[in-house]
Amino acid sequence: MSGIITATVVVAAVGLFIGVFLGIAAIQFHVETDPKEEAVLAALPGNNCGGCGFAGCSGLAAAIAKGEAAVNACPVGGEPVGNVIAGIMGVEAEAGEKQVAFVRCKGTCDKTTTDYDYSGVEDCTFAAFTPASGPKTCTYGCTGFGNCVKACPFDAIHVVDGVAIVDKDACKACGKCIEACPRNLITLVPYSAKHIVACSSKDKGPVVMKACQTGCIGCQLCKKNCPSEAITVEDFLAEIDQSKCVSCGICVEKCPKKAII
Amino acid sequence: MGALKDLILIAIGSALVSNVVLSQFLGLCPFLGVSKKVETAAGMGGAVIFVITLASFVAGLIYRFILVPFDITYLQTIVFILVIAALVQFVEMFLKKFVVGLYEALGVYLPLITTNCAVLGVALNNVKYDYNILTGVVNGFATAVGFAIAIIILAGLREKMEFNDIPEPFKGMPIVLITAGLMAIAFCGFSGLL
Repeated sequence: MSGIITATVVVAAVGLFIGVFLGIAAIQFHVETDPKEEAVLAALPGNNCGGCGFAGCSGLAAAIAKGEAAVNACPVGGEPVGNVIAGIMGVEAEAGEKQVAFVRCKGTCDKTTTDYDYSGVEDCTFAAFTPASGPKTCTYGCTGFGNCVKACPFDAIHVVDGVAIVDKDACKACGKCIEACPRNLITLVPYSAKHIVACSSKDKGPVVMKACQTGCIGCQLCKKNCPSEAITVEDFLAEIDQSKCVSCGICVEKCPKKAII
Repeated sequence: MGALKDLILIAIGSALVSNVVLSQFLGLCPFLGVSKKVETAAGMGGAVIFVITLASFVAGLIYRFILVPFDITYLQTIVFILVIAALVQFVEMFLKKFVVGLYEALGVYLPLITTNCAVLGVALNNVKYDYNILTGVVNGFATAVGFAIAIIILAGLREKMEFNDIPEPFKGMPIVLITAGLMAIAFCGFSGLL
């Protein structure tokens, strides 16, 4: 009987000691954190998924509290969490509209020419080590091996017919695919952007002509016809400034290669 | 000289010969869970080395000065869990205050291994083999180094495996388990060391 009592008392004493000790330690070693940071952390979902690019929710909370990250930077919580955090931080949720990833290539299998048949490692970074940087003639375009698909935590990007394509509504703009693409084809564009140049080739016109039926040849027709001067052509590649674009659609009509969507 | 030789033998024994993961099958969850990248595996290894070394010291003290005098060594498991969990909490607070660099380097892995079975396993092994506090700490440190070696090797293999053409049914965890099994067989070779 006394054995049970000894055991209970000793373990209880150890537990009590540890409890008090930890309590004191918590006060002694208390690190002043921004109360905002704690409030923000409480508002975040707490999955520690890393979708925001920080090391877990506490990392993002610290960055938001310091003003280094946007209040709506959590891709999981989305708008509701963004609004709560905006309330904590005392700012309006950034008026800037939702961004989505966009793959600047539309050279699907039927539109592009290939130099040879390829069977081997299905990996975009490996394509760089294969002859002529992969089977497709164009060395700028999407290889279609889908490193971005593997990187996407939200199942929002898929390779369809040899080219990666982003599901605008599923995309959370976390940027994982942008990092994964060895050819830097993916950029963030505004959700509402209607017209984007879907080509990244900096080759001269004739070279593009041979490689792809739908590549930008740098003919400048879009630039000449744009009413709002939103289009520039550099290195034989057109680029639309989304802040100036009025979505008139003239460039899409004029483009002889249908490289603008 | 004899004591030093004993310590070295214990260290080699627990780091390589009876490797904590590959022959004692402790700490398998982080071994399989955080071994996708060498970087994170190294972070985990570092945190485990840190925690196990400290835990075997504190558990040794508790065993010697509390459990043995009160004759309640049968409660070692429950008391060790209690103490180790509290210790990790304390260490985290301490590091956050005074050694911010280390705190950030260990990051999320430190609280994650509070309930790791390898940590508890080492403390219990120290009791089982009747190690004193010094040999216990050396054993703990070497065991954790063995864990770090195993997880970093596995992470390196997994990074390379990403590019391999693995048959469909073996993709994902099966091939990792097969790899771990082959590693365990390879580690059997170390038994000739002692």
